[in-house]
Amino acid sequence: MSHDLLKIPFDPHKILMKRKSIKKQLLKNPPSSFLEKRVALLGGSTTRDIMEILELFLLNYGIKPTFYESEYGQYWQDVMFDAPSLVSFAPDIAVIHTSNRNITRYPEPDDDEVKIDEFLNAESEKFRAFWDKLRSVYGCPVIQNNFEYPFYRLMGNKEASDVHGRVNFITRLNMKFYEYAQQRDNFYINDINYISSSYGLEHWADPFYWYMYKYSLCLPAIPLLAYNISNIIKSIYGKNKKVLTLDLDNTLWGGIIGDDGVNGIVVGQETSEGQAYLEFQKYIKSHSKLGVILTVNSKNDRENAVAGLNHPDGALRPEDFAVIKANWKPKSLNIMEIAEGLSLLPESFVFADDNPAERAIVEEQTQGVAVPVMKGPEHYIQTLDKFGFFEVTNLSKDDLRRGAMYKENAERATLMASFENYEDYLLSLGMKAVIRAFEPVYMSRIAQLTNKSNQFNLTTKRYTQGEIEAVAEDGRFITLYGKLEDKFGDNGVVSVVIGRTDDGALHVELWLMSCRVLKRDMEYAMMDTLVKRCRLLGLTKILGYYYRSAKNAMVKDFYDRMEFTKQFEDTDGNAVWVLETRNYEAKNTVIEVTD
Amino acid sequence: MTRQEIFSALNEVFRDVFDDEDLAVGETTTASDVEGWDSFAHVNLILSVERRFDMKFTMVEVTDMKNVGAMADILSARATVYK
Repeated sequence: MSHDLLKIPFDPHKILMKRKSIKKQLLKNPPSSFLEKRVALLGGSTTRDIMEILELFLLNYGIKPTFYESEYGQYWQDVMFDAPSLVSFAPDIAVIHTSNRNITRYPEPDDDEVKIDEFLNAESEKFRAFWDKLRSVYGCPVIQNNFEYPFYRLMGNKEASDVHGRVNFITRLNMKFYEYAQQRDNFYINDINYISSSYGLEHWADPFYWYMYKYSLCLPAIPLLAYNISNIIKSIYGKNKKVLTLDLDNTLWGGIIGDDGVNGIVVGQETSEGQAYLEFQKYIKSHSKLGVILTVNSKNDRENAVAGLNHPDGALRPEDFAVIKANWKPKSLNIMEIAEGLSLLPESFVFADDNPAERAIVEEQTQGVAVPVMKGPEHYIQTLDKFGFFEVTNLSKDDLRRGAMYKENAERATLMASFENYEDYLLSLGMKAVIRAFEPVYMSRIAQLTNKSNQFNLTTKRYTQGEIEAVAEDGRFITLYGKLEDKFGDNGVVSVVIGRTDDGALHVELWLMSCRVLKRDMEYAMMDTLVKRCRLLGLTKILGYYYRSAKNAMVKDFYDRMEFTKQFEDTDGNAVWVLETRNYEAKNTVIEVTD
Repeated sequence: MTRQEIFSALNEVFRDVFDDEDLAVGETTTASDVEGWDSFAHVNLILSVERRFDMKFTMVEVTDMKNVGAMADILSARATVYK
C-alpha cells in the first residue's frame, strides 16, 4: 500500500513533480478499506499544492480525503459568515493554514506597550472567536498552525526580547494559541514554527513564492508541511503505530553481547559512541511513558540479552519491555508472535534494526510493519523521530498506563496457568466494572476507542469527540461505557456501546471492546446492563448489526453467543441479529458491576 | 547544452509534471496548448525545471516568459549543469 516516494526521508521535489502518478498508484493499490474523511482546508494564502500533497500522504495512511478548499485567503470569512458550501460540506476535520502574513497588526518601534498588548489581544481574539465558531458549528477536530518567525529582523537580535520586535510578538501570540489548545480537547497545534526552523527559515520563507503565487512558504517545503499535518490527522483517527520492536546488538548498544560480554559492549558516557547509544536508550525509554509498547526482537540467548539490558551505564532495563524475544528464530516470526500475544496487528509495529538484511526480511515477510533505515547510532534518534510514528494528539491517562497494563496482562497469564478451570481463574481476578452512560471525563477516551478499535468492533463506526458528545446528549440514544479493573490493575475504559431507539426497538450502531480485556466476560456484563436499560425504557427488541471488515472476523459470531437470532445476512457476510429483551437471561457471573 | 538537449530534458520534466508520456513541447508551445497547464501547475512546472537544470529563475523571468522557447532561451544562457 505505502508508496516508496512518500517514505521518510523523502525527496520533496520528486513528490511535487510526480504527484499525479503517485496518486494513481495509491488509488490502484488501495488497502482493504480506506477511511473516508471530509477535510476542510481553510487557508489564509494559497493552498492548492498543500491540498494535493496532503491528499497523497493521507492516502498513504489509508485515509481517503474529500476536500473543501476555501477561496484564496477566505479562511476566516468562510467560517464566521457561514459560507453555504462549507456548511453543506459538513467537514469531519478542519485544517487551518495561516502564516505570519495573516497577522494584521504588528507593533511599530514607536508604539507603546499598552498599544502592543492591545494588538496582541486583538489578534488572539480574532482567532479565538474563529475557533469557537468552527468548533460549535461543526463539532469537528481543528488543526491550527502556530506562526513561523518572520523572514527578516528589523532590529536584529533585539527582535527576540523587545516587545516591539516581530519575533517577540509572534512568540507571544503563539503562546496565546497554546493556552487555547491546553484548555480544550480536539484542538491541535500544527507546529510550523518548529518545522520551518528545522527546514531552514531562510528557504521556507523565500519571498519569491509569496510575490509570485501568494504561497506563505516555498514550494519544496510543502511536502514537509503536508506530512506534518497528515501525521496529526492519522493520529486523531487512531492510525499511530503502537509497538516499537528493537534489535539489541549495534542498535541499543555497540558491539555483540554474545561475543563481547557485558563489559565489552559500548553504552554510557565513556566514549562518543557510548554516548550516542545511551541517548538513544533514553529516547526509547521515554516512549514507554507515552504508552508506546517496547519489545525486544534479537538474535541472542535470552540471558545475554537480559545481561546487556542490565548494563550499569545503560538507561533501559529489562522491565521496560513488555516482551523480550531473544532467540534464533526469524525476526518476522517473532513479530507475528508478539503481535498475537498483545492482540495487536503487525501494522501497529515499528521494527528498528541496524542490519539491512534483517530489515529486508521483516519488510518482505510481515506486511505493514514500518522498517526505518537505521544508519549510524549518532542518527538513530533523528531517523525515528522524523517519521512521526507515535505522534501524540491526546495524552490520556490511559496512554500513560498502557505499558503497565501489558505487564499486568503478563501477570494474569501466569496466574491463569495455575487454574484448571477458567471460571475459577476469572473469579480469582476480583474484577470490578463500572458500566454507565457516557460521562464528560471519558469523552476523549471514548472517541479514541471508536477510532482505534478494529478487531472487537461490530460496525467499525468512527466518531469524533464532538459526535460522541452529541450522541451522549441526544435522548434517542442509549450510550454505555465500560471500565474494568481487577486485582492487578485498572484497565480504564475498555468497552463502548451506542444504541439508537426507534419504535420500541434499540439499534446497536456501535459495539466495541478493547482487545486488552478479551476473554474476561466483560462483553456479557455490558450486554446485561444494556438489556436492563432497554427493559426500563420499555424497549422489547434489540437489533445487532455486524458489518464485516478486513479486521473484525473475531466478532462474526458475537451476537450468536449473546443468543440473538440471525434475521438477515448478505453475501458479503454483513448480518442483522435480533433479541427479544424479555427472553434474555443475565450472563455475567464473574464481574462485580456498578451501573 | 544544445537547443535539442534542452528540449529533450524539458520534455522529460513536462511529461512528469503533466503525467502524460506522449507530451512533446516545442519553441512556440504555450500554456493553452497543454492540458492541465493552469496557474497551479505552472508553479510546480517552474520548480521542476529549476531542479532539472540546477538553476533558479528570477521573478521577472517567470512573469515575462511567453512560451517554452523563451524558457529555453533563459536555460541556454544560465543552465550550468546537465544532470
